[in-house]
Amino acid sequence: MSEVEGVWVFSENAELTLELLSKGRELAHKTQTRLTALLLGSDIQGQAWQLIQHGADKVLAVDNPRLKEFHAELYLSAIVSLVNQHLPGIILVASTRRGKELAARLATRLETGCVPDCIKLDLNDQGNLVAERVVYGGSAVAKIIFHAKPQIATVPPGTFEKPTPNADTTGQIVSVEVQFEEPKTEVAEAVQVEASRLKIEEAQTVICGGRGVEKKDDFKMLDELAKLIGGQTGNTRPLSEDRKWFSEWVGLSGHKIRPELYVGCGVSGVIQHVAGIRDSRVIVAINKDPEAPLCEVADYVVVGNLYEIVPALIEALKRELKSA
Amino acid sequence: MPRVIVCIKQAVDVTQIRADPTTRQLITADASRKISDIDKNALEEAVRMKEKQGGEVVVITMGEDGAKTALREALAIGADRAYHLNDPSFQNNDTRVTSLILGEAIRKLGPFDLVMCGEVTIDSFSGITSQRLAERLGVPLIMYARSLKLDGDIVTAERVLEDRNETVKAKTPALVTVIKGINEPRIPSLMAIMKASKKEIVIWNVEALGLSKEKLVSTLEITEVLAPKMERRKIMIKGENPADIASKLAKALIQDGVVGK
Repeated sequence: MSEVEGVWVFSENAELTLELLSKGRELAHKTQTRLTALLLGSDIQGQAWQLIQHGADKVLAVDNPRLKEFHAELYLSAIVSLVNQHLPGIILVASTRRGKELAARLATRLETGCVPDCIKLDLNDQGNLVAERVVYGGSAVAKIIFHAKPQIATVPPGTFEKPTPNADTTGQIVSVEVQFEEPKTEVAEAVQVEASRLKIEEAQTVICGGRGVEKKDDFKMLDELAKLIGGQTGNTRPLSEDRKWFSEWVGLSGHKIRPELYVGCGVSGVIQHVAGIRDSRVIVAINKDPEAPLCEVADYVVVGNLYEIVPALIEALKRELKSA
Repeated sequence: MPRVIVCIKQAVDVTQIRADPTTRQLITADASRKISDIDKNALEEAVRMKEKQGGEVVVITMGEDGAKTALREALAIGADRAYHLNDPSFQNNDTRVTSLILGEAIRKLGPFDLVMCGEVTIDSFSGITSQRLAERLGVPLIMYARSLKLDGDIVTAERVLEDRNETVKAKTPALVTVIKGINEPRIPSLMAIMKASKKEIVIWNVEALGLSKEKLVSTLEITEVLAPKMERRKIMIKGENPADIASKLAKALIQDGVVGK
């Protein structure tokens, strides 16, 4: 197995690195190369074994107090120097906002291609990476082939499932020192965002409110439904951007989700939103308007007033779940 | 006096795209074109800055002949000068090449305080061209700004990440990308549109930028763009009253195994 042409994965987020390892493992197997996880940060040695247990053949660790907080130039300069030394064939980066900044700048320094937000990755007969991504606000999926190396792809959170860890596996952990480039920006202040709704990607059920929800307070009703069946609430973009009720939203430009059950309450279903929920297992649309686009892509359609249907659904589920 | 260069893209209005139901090929010919939404926010922010602090707003776009309507609109919104990067060799490129072309054009425009872009365009939805451009220009990059202030040679932006909001400072010249929530773009007045129609739009081709066509080769190839398959059951749940409907829906969800596991 050659190290040149190997598959590398990187995310500043430990959980997302694990997700990348499952696709990385598959690509390394197909290209008969090694899978390397990059581990950058401060006091991170403890995480290295976790990466090996989740499928990495090798961990390249840069452990430095300067890497405690993510800073694009520090991380970028470290990764560029490692890439130039080891010449990987494929680099997968998680599509966080920081990850996308990093991947695109890395690709520029290496004068190579970068395909962001890939929902599928595979190899063609020539061994080139083939990526699929959503374009035109969810109207289409584009298939893209890489013709230069390294092939850099970013992957949205939740696209691939974390591999099952194997405690008996072995791998190599290599600590490396690198030269850092000085940051060009300075973070003067940082405010942590409320974490309660951050993990919507992991929810098994998402009850999503749209413009049909009249007041922010009415989300209590959706919360009640969500709690009853072990889910979370989410919202569409206009509730955050126009009404300022929330700071985030579900959709192509926000959180892309694929729960077991998605229930859209008063959600019209513009294509950008649908693109972010398309892979849900079961989609329910509750809407006054039978012509709402969400009804076209739903498994179950309820035409009616959500203020009548949702409370009735809560009662019905309580009854059914008790008798089950 | 600040000099701000805004990069805009003319994009197809994605809400008007249809797909052929059998071939899944997209039908875009009759969809209208417009300045990509968030690029317009970037332009609006630059024009507001000029209105407060003086200076100049220069707008550039890369695109085919039709893209000049986007530049006309930008001039009506308040840009002072407009540049159209238009050459057959500029078409169908990846972000690596696009950033190379934009970078050369900006270098040719001379010193600037800020380059501003929208975080992502509505058509390709890549959101990686501005990072590449910042690398080409070798300037600080602040992404996802929801507010922005230029004070002398220091730019300060409040930027939004998934887990936290940051106040970030950088020394100009710098590149800033904005998010949609930063402002509400104006609709230009008829008078402004009339005035803009008389302004000059400068066209630069590959020779004007001093680029060799051999350098403008994509490292990526798009082999297919198709509407996704959406096969859903579309079962209409009907009933006497909300309680009846809800009861049927609850049973169906339990039957499907998505509730009560």
